[in-house]
Amino acid sequence: MPDSLNLDQHTSQRYDAELEGVRSRLLEMGGLVEEQCRKALKALVKDNVELAREVAESDYRVNEMEVEISARCTDILALRQPAASDLRVVVSVIRMTADLERIGDEAEKIARHALLLSERRDAASFRGDPKHLGKQAIAQLRGALDAFARMDVRAAIETAAQDPEIDQEFESVTRLLISHMMEHPASVKSLLRVNWCARALERIGDHAVNLCEEVVFQVKGSDVRHLSLSEIRQRYL
Amino acid sequence: MQESDNMNQVTTAASAGVPREAKGLDIRNHADVSAYKTTGNPMVTNPKMSARGVNVFYGEKHAIMDVSLDIGENEVIAMIGPSGCGKSTFLRCLNRMNDIIPICRVQGNIMLDGEDIYHSRQDTVLLRARVGMVFQKPNPFPKSIYENVAYGPRIHGLAHGKVEMDEIVESSLRRASLWDEVKDVLDKPGTGLSGGQQQRLCIARAIAVSPEVILMDEPCSALDPIATARIEELIDELKERFTIAIVTHSMQQAARVSQRTAYFHLGKLIEVGQTKQIFTNPQHELTENYITGRFG
Repeated sequence: MPDSLNLDQHTSQRYDAELEGVRSRLLEMGGLVEEQCRKALKALVKDNVELAREVAESDYRVNEMEVEISARCTDILALRQPAASDLRVVVSVIRMTADLERIGDEAEKIARHALLLSERRDAASFRGDPKHLGKQAIAQLRGALDAFARMDVRAAIETAAQDPEIDQEFESVTRLLISHMMEHPASVKSLLRVNWCARALERIGDHAVNLCEEVVFQVKGSDVRHLSLSEIRQRYL
Repeated sequence: MQESDNMNQVTTAASAGVPREAKGLDIRNHADVSAYKTTGNPMVTNPKMSARGVNVFYGEKHAIMDVSLDIGENEVIAMIGPSGCGKSTFLRCLNRMNDIIPICRVQGNIMLDGEDIYHSRQDTVLLRARVGMVFQKPNPFPKSIYENVAYGPRIHGLAHGKVEMDEIVESSLRRASLWDEVKDVLDKPGTGLSGGQQQRLCIARAIAVSPEVILMDEPCSALDPIATARIEELIDELKERFTIAIVTHSMQQAARVSQRTAYFHLGKLIEVGQTKQIFTNPQHELTENYITGRFG
């Protein structure tokens, strides 16, 4: 089995175009979702109401893309009966759209919390606490999408390997927010909102790990979703 | 055809799993062919038939190169590959159908239940009763439906009297899922049936002599999708009693009916494995290219 995939070179060039079409559309969806995350984080940290509203109101575009890409994949399954690597790509892209859509939902969630936090003065001093966590999660998402674009198993595994750091950062943000809560009991409601945002960012990291696992599945043909990172590394690096 | 004792010289194609090494090998280049080893394990623990180091020549043309492959008891094995890859030639070796082609030479060993079918004392008529065959185009005899099925048991002396023969005809037609459609017209010519019915009649004719193995050479290529689905359903039922080797150009058919799939290319057995694995994660680049419809 090859170490990377050639999605071209089918006897039917239209089939090549259809497969490449769903892949590039998924990358577009990834780009949109990444942008949503970036804007949501900025809206949270910088207290930017306009940006938060923009993110909250444009999640429908992500949802529409999910539906469209899934439909394209269904058409390929019905009309082309893909096999081997083609089948893996189609099945996996369907799963990836679901992960990207969930990431979009997390971004929307952060934006909506940011909007509510803007209404409260007490949030100003700690709404920036998850900034570093957000940057890490977005970097991980970008790494996963890059690995998918290049069908790069090594990059996918190395990106997935960053997840424990994100989990650790989430724990520290939570600890920090709890100490704020003890110091400022009146602000617990706002602090909880910030913690929910941190939680959403941590979930974005988890979905990015799923995307990385799909890249390994597409290229190597093995489902690694429930293997430990060290097992995956041992087998494929 | 040589005698059967040289099992040691046949293992070149038999070792399992050499995908990466094989990747750079251009098997279209004949110099590379001798170095090629089959990807996947061609052996099974319960072989009904075993081919070892089989080479077939049509005159000067080397049509099958060093193929070793087991066919397991009560399994359906599909043989796929592009036209001219040798899959039908290999299938026809399994009941010595190639003997009737004067320029055809077969080397290597093919065993049925551990006995060499190319042994000089092997009775080919008896062999073909044990290893039956169904062809691409339905070819019923120009006789009645009843006679089409009764012919084989009669020449092999399998029935004593009309009652027994009636039983064989009925049970064969039932097993071929044709009985209900023809029970009232058994004296009508077999050639008057539809294509799908004719093919099931040919299957009934093949199983009437109680074969152990049934070889099918593209049995559905002349049939419409419904008749094809009926034959495929039938194959699924028949595997309870028989061992089946099927050559097909339809990859979906191979995927639907078989437990193992063997991919042939230019006379070599490139890869063999569980059908699910071959169709989701083939290990050899040529297999991948073929089943995904890429030009290699």
